[in-house]
Amino acid sequence: MSSSTDLGRPDPDPTVAPTRDGRPVSDRGDTVCVIGAGASGLTAVKNLREAGFGVDCYERETGVGGAWNWRHDRSPVYASTHLISSRPFTQFPDFPMPDDWPDYPHHAQLLSYFERYADHFDLRQHVWFGTEVVRVESVEGDRWDVTTRSTGGYGPERTSRYAAVVLANGHNWSPKLPRYEGLEQFRGEVMHASSYKDPAQLRGKRVLVVGAGNTGCDIAVEAAQQASRCWHATRRGYWYAPKYVFGRPADQVNDTLLALRVPLRVRQWLYHWTLRLTVGDLTRFGLPRPDHRVYETHPIANSQLVYYVGHGEITPVPDIARFGDRTVELTDGREIDPELVVFATGYLPRFEFLEGKVLGDADGSGRPRLWLNAFTAGHPTLAVVGLVQPDSGIFPISHWQSVLFARLLTLRTTHPDRAAAFGRRVAAGLGERYSAKVKDSTRHWFEVGHADYLRALQRALHDLEGK
Amino acid sequence: MAERVRVVRGWEWARPERPARREVLAAVPELDQAKPPLLFVPGFGHGAWAFAEHWLGHAAGRGFPAYALSLRGHGGSEPAPGATLRSYTHDVVQAAAGLPRQTVLVGHGAGARVVAHALARYPARAAVLVAPVLGGWGTFGTALRRNPAGTLPAVFGAGLRLNRRQLFSRELPDAEARRYVSRLGRAGRRAQWQLLTGRQPEPAVGRPPVLVLGSPDDRVVPAAALTRAARRYASAPLLFPGMGHDLMLDARWREPIDAILDWLDKDPTPAHG
Repeated sequence: MSSSTDLGRPDPDPTVAPTRDGRPVSDRGDTVCVIGAGASGLTAVKNLREAGFGVDCYERETGVGGAWNWRHDRSPVYASTHLISSRPFTQFPDFPMPDDWPDYPHHAQLLSYFERYADHFDLRQHVWFGTEVVRVESVEGDRWDVTTRSTGGYGPERTSRYAAVVLANGHNWSPKLPRYEGLEQFRGEVMHASSYKDPAQLRGKRVLVVGAGNTGCDIAVEAAQQASRCWHATRRGYWYAPKYVFGRPADQVNDTLLALRVPLRVRQWLYHWTLRLTVGDLTRFGLPRPDHRVYETHPIANSQLVYYVGHGEITPVPDIARFGDRTVELTDGREIDPELVVFATGYLPRFEFLEGKVLGDADGSGRPRLWLNAFTAGHPTLAVVGLVQPDSGIFPISHWQSVLFARLLTLRTTHPDRAAAFGRRVAAGLGERYSAKVKDSTRHWFEVGHADYLRALQRALHDLEGK
Repeated sequence: MAERVRVVRGWEWARPERPARREVLAAVPELDQAKPPLLFVPGFGHGAWAFAEHWLGHAAGRGFPAYALSLRGHGGSEPAPGATLRSYTHDVVQAAAGLPRQTVLVGHGAGARVVAHALARYPARAAVLVAPVLGGWGTFGTALRRNPAGTLPAVFGAGLRLNRRQLFSRELPDAEARRYVSRLGRAGRRAQWQLLTGRQPEPAVGRPPVLVLGSPDDRVVPAAALTRAARRYASAPLLFPGMGHDLMLDARWREPIDAILDWLDKDPTPAHG
């Protein structure tokens, strides 16, 4: 199973070295570069290796697991993070999680799962730990120059030339902080959810949690248990789905309907009806009525939020209007006096080592324009893996994206015509969506319905294979 | 065999397999020699014990960490009268993914069919099909002809019974053969039926090299079926004349396991695809 490229590490080889700004570039031949050794990076390494490619993976941290490794300084997980989607939707399709694990495993279990995945398929030997990528530049022949250095900026930079690049640097590490009037002069404590780690940070305080994503809801629930007072500010009303319905994980019930090909409208109706039976009418607690139908925003699965609202431990409030010295004024004119404000307002994608236009981000908004959330026009040897926000688990999607990319790279030598046809398909399909119509927000840039998305990906895979 | 990769498995996600306690017997070499672990999957009626008898120890002696699984309802695993081929496949994939390194799956008899299904769900290092019963109506015909008394009741939900003349050559002492036959259990009723009528396995993931071996004198799997099975994986079967169906228990058990380990020592390359 060894190929000629997997033995050597990219030692600058002066015999074949072209130069770039006077520095040597070591040519890594057919080797593929993977950026990041989180869940998506690992599955990219595994699937590229399986297809016979040599792989160099660069990881800025010293361990695998990316976001799910709580030791990493960019990790967003907090002590109580659990999966939002149940096991069958979250595990890699060819490496199941142990069946004696709970339906919704804890983040520490996730990390051990990724470590076991790396060991099982012997992936660590392909990963350069403690190495960050500074620049990724396109060079002629659809090849890529990747410049790296030790994390933190120590040591010299070195440049290697690769046949292809997989971007798997994650999209949940660069905090998105909303701007509010007067935030600078607010005397209380302000933090983004990314620096929230432990419920002890909330203990005994008056806490305002902003944002009703899954993280915001988790933190609000912990504040309900630990803080002396908890307000939960949301822009709009949401559908708070319980994690279990009819005695089964809710996403498994939902997928039963999907497997039966029940149309969206009917599913929405059933969903609303089920929520009415389980959670009930939320406006009786002072929560705003949702201004959208279910499936039109990223789903929130939290059984406890409504429970604590019902116990008076969480006070739902509308969005923030402005900050005062010690107080926060809400859009309905009310004033509250939190000591700690937690912004669970999400993250923005960042590819700081790559020119924005490579990923089709022409206007500098930071939003890439891709097909299948993975492929960009004009660069057939570049793929983004894991840049999705599915209504389910990400890892199966990352797996199939990297399988597809590995097939594409193989076909570039065996069937160039099919690879070219794929390139045309990418150009024609840029910006395609794979979900019900969603609310326009950075939060939904990468929103996909897992069934719609995976079906589209399956079609692409079959087209590519010409079957 | 279905040729296309399946990405969307809505039903499987929506209805995950119920977990069942699994018996896994192990023989691990004292020194780790960086050889891939082997997972032996017995056929219907057999348990992990069938491999623990000779093959596990022998493989460990040659430096391979060796494990044998009892499918649910067999051997020391949890009873499961309602088991299906899917539950058995689940057991195999779970056991394989639970081992420290990428695993070689070795399936015997109907266990080979289970392994063929598992190959679509786990990228095995390699696969070995020993006297494979891959199912279909041809298998049924052979079984009816060779062993009508043991096969007919199975049609009506009883356990499939195999006699010792089918399983072993005459070289194996009678007492031993009797002892082995007395340990045989039965597979789930639904799984037995699915062996005939169930869906064919999907294509394997990860391009594992596949070795097929058996005996031309096997009274369960005819030589033609061996050749057919091997052709599916673009190879020819390795034959061990004079042996019965249970190659791992028969008198000359050493020859086939040595052939398997020799093949693995040569580090077979991935299949094309």
